[in-house]
Amino acid sequence: MSVPGLIRLGDNALVLGQRLSEWCGHAPALEEDIALTNIALDLIGQTQLWLGLAGGREGAGRSADTLAYHRDAWDFRNLLLVEQPNRDFAVTMMRQFLFDTWHLEVLSALSAHTDPEISAIAQKSIKEVTYHLERSTDTVIALGDGTEDSHARMQCALDRLWPYVGEMFTTDGDDLTDMAALRPAFDAHVMATLAEATLTRPASDFAHQGGKTGVRHSEHLGHMLATMQVLPRSYPDAKW
Amino acid sequence: MVNTRATIDDVWAWLDQVPDPEIPAISLVDLGVIRGVEWQGDTLEVTITPTYSGCPATSIITFEVESALRGHGIENLSLKRQIAPPWTTDWMSDAGRTKLEAYGIAPPQPAGGPACCPLCKSPHVEKISQFGSTPCKAQWRCTDCLEPFDYFKCI
Repeated sequence: MSVPGLIRLGDNALVLGQRLSEWCGHAPALEEDIALTNIALDLIGQTQLWLGLAGGREGAGRSADTLAYHRDAWDFRNLLLVEQPNRDFAVTMMRQFLFDTWHLEVLSALSAHTDPEISAIAQKSIKEVTYHLERSTDTVIALGDGTEDSHARMQCALDRLWPYVGEMFTTDGDDLTDMAALRPAFDAHVMATLAEATLTRPASDFAHQGGKTGVRHSEHLGHMLATMQVLPRSYPDAKW
Repeated sequence: MVNTRATIDDVWAWLDQVPDPEIPAISLVDLGVIRGVEWQGDTLEVTITPTYSGCPATSIITFEVESALRGHGIENLSLKRQIAPPWTTDWMSDAGRTKLEAYGIAPPQPAGGPACCPLCKSPHVEKISQFGSTPCKAQWRCTDCLEPFDYFKCI
């Protein structure tokens, strides 16, 4: 049964896409605003593919929109990392870098999946995510190895977000690929980038968990969903 | 109502007259999103592969294809969305690449960046951002004429 695994992939893309769209009109420079919202758009597009497939296979008449707008926080299966608030540009870009590095590995594994519909979505998404990772890697290096202030803020962002890395590599029968097996490739890219960015990997590998299982989301998810879902919940038959 | 079925070549020619909604200098056929045109009995089936999964132009492209073909008298029409194999800039026609450059957008290059400034043709260019005004474009700048320009990303 692939539906729970598809919902995890769709929810990650949806929640991070929504988070990034909060920057629209607020980013530190026009180019950054455009880049963040382009990435948000790619992720929402990928959400439609993953949740559309999940809803179709579930066979209960739920579309991608139904899944996105008519579930509450406890039914979401996204990683805790992606629901973390944007805070400043450093936290936003560090979160993006950690997610993109993991995301590209996941999609590469899924592009060889025996299920042709899953591999098709993965192959489509890889093309987009390759650009996301190129940009977030460049930005982490530029800001980490930048001014005293940008360096300090990037290190602070890394320290804040590192406890959310471990959950990406927990794995169970619902996952469509073995997430634990992706850790060495993730570590290799992250360590090489941090070295170039003059940033230090936090010593502790303590990991918050409970997002992808839905057991314990952070308080931030509910607030985000309240904004994201208000229109379709207030006007259930609205069309746009 | 047409008495005889339109030929496949006619349909391709009609679709080649439909401009891309975001970059009207090139047609949907130039862009490479029309992957197949065939008659299934008396229904014309057109297969479309979207460029980027979140591109808002995708639904407009579908609409434009439908209205163009209806305008040419096609009554039974089936539009099929196909995501595999994924769209690639390799599918862009040579005519499309030429039209893009003439329009001021540097065409995609396998090297990952524009070959030259589409305005002054200088090879001295630098990247401003991997992202631009539409999902398919990046922002670059010419270091000779100093003009910023769009580059059609190679994917």
